[in-house]
Parts: sequence; structure tokens; C-alpha cells
Amino acid sequence: MTNTLTIETEGDRNVVVTRRFAASPEEVYRAHVDPELIQQWMLGPEGWTMPVCVHEARPGGKIRYEWSNGEGAGFFLTGEIVELDPPRRIVHVERMHLPDPTPDNHVVTTFTADGDGTLLTMRMTLPDEATRKAMLETGMEHGMEASYARLERARGWNAR
Amino acid sequence: MQSQRSLDATLAALADPTRRAILARLARGEATVNELAEPFTISQPAISRHIKVLAEAGLIVQRVDGTRRPCSLAPDGLKELDRYLETLRGALEKNYGRLDRLLAKGRKERKP
Repeated sequence: MTNTLTIETEGDRNVVVTRRFAASPEEVYRAHVDPELIQQWMLGPEGWTMPVCVHEARPGGKIRYEWSNGEGAGFFLTGEIVELDPPRRIVHVERMHLPDPTPDNHVVTTFTADGDGTLLTMRMTLPDEATRKAMLETGMEHGMEASYARLERARGWNAR
Repeated sequence: MQSQRSLDATLAALADPTRRAILARLARGEATVNELAEPFTISQPAISRHIKVLAEAGLIVQRVDGTRRPCSLAPDGLKELDRYLETLRGALEKNYGRLDRLLAKGRKERKP
């Protein structure tokens, strides 16, 4: 059994991501709702950290992730938990601030026992045209350094 | 800019099973509208409409050959969609690789 990531579009609205992990659904689920764990992996390229991680794991709870490259560049994401069914399912909405907020991305993450591991399936709204443009230009949520450097210059973050 | 705008059209075009079948046929090589219509029960005008959607989405191109208008796959039709999905893939692979190591570490620490 492989742990290969798959990404497929579903109709004209959704992206579906699957990935297998060698851990129980409880463990993988926990890594998605415990701020101390989230801070250790949801970081994108090397060199980035998440100095602020708020994840209130309850329906209506708030999400706030702030990323930094340690050199003055950064951006953040906010969201709300819609539904939790531990350790099977998380439904939440999120938006990135680049720095203008992108339209809400509706995300359903499921954790299914798969042999001695877990199959993660994440179904997301495909970003609209303006959002994709902003994402690709800024290297997306966790993109390329060169793009971040452009964003920094554009926003004057270097000067701070 | 043009390529950014076209992703909406690309995805809408791909959302239809008949249009995906047309693309699958064209992946095997150029074909006329008549040839494309053959395997389907729907009318040729309906096929022509699908072809128009695919052409407008930049997925296929039509050339003029006398009275024939053979269709073929556009070489760069899926490039922009691919670029978006590859960027997403790169971001997720980094994250999930880290999560793998974190989960392995958690297991080790809990063992007596």
C-alpha cells in the first residue's frame, strides 16, 4: 500500500485530494485539530514556521494560522469549524488573506481506517478565477520563495 | 491573464461526460465532426455544440481542410489547470511528508 498523494478535479467546482498515512484515524485526526501538532507540519516550504496557530476544535470554533519566513514575510488564513465527527470527519471553511481575503473555501476532510493505516480524503472548493490568480502569483498557500519575495516587495513588508 | 481566465472554461468543459469522451477520442488522433458523432446517440448539431465549448475552453483546435473541419487536441489546453494542481501538489506533499514523520515520532514515543 503506497502513501502517494492523488489530486483530482471533480466537476467544475471541487478538488479532491487523497493521501494514506501509517497511523490510526485517531492519530491523523488529532494532527488536524491540535494546534501544537498543526504547527509542526502545516508549513509549506522549508524555512517557514507558523508562529500563530488557533484551532478551536468545536462546531463554530475559530481557525487562524499565521505563517512567517522569519525574514518579515508572512500571511495568514482564517476560518471556522462547521462540523466535527472525531475521528472521522472535519468540515470547515477557510479563506486566505493575501492580504485581501479570498472567497471562502469549503473543506470536508475525512479519515477512514485503511488496513493498519488511514486514508485521508480532502474535498475542497476550487478557487475562483481571481483567487487562483492571487494564489499562483503569491506561490499559493505555501508556494515558492521567489513568489513570496515578490509579494513582500509589493506589500513593502521588507521595510518593516 | 488569458490563461487564468480560461481555467473556469476548462473545468466547465471537462465537467461533461460527452465532452470527456470526445477528448478521449481525440487523444487517439485528429477526427472530423462526423467521426466524433459516430459513437454517440445524440445529434450532430449537439456534438457541434460540445465541440464549440471545448474549442472555446482552449482544449481542442479545428483546422480547415477543404470542406472538412477536423478537430484535434490543443497542445497546451490543460497547461494552466495542470499548473494550479501541481502547485497544490507541491504544497501538500511537503506538508504530508512532515506529518508522516510527526506521526511516526508520536508512535515511537508512546511505546513502553
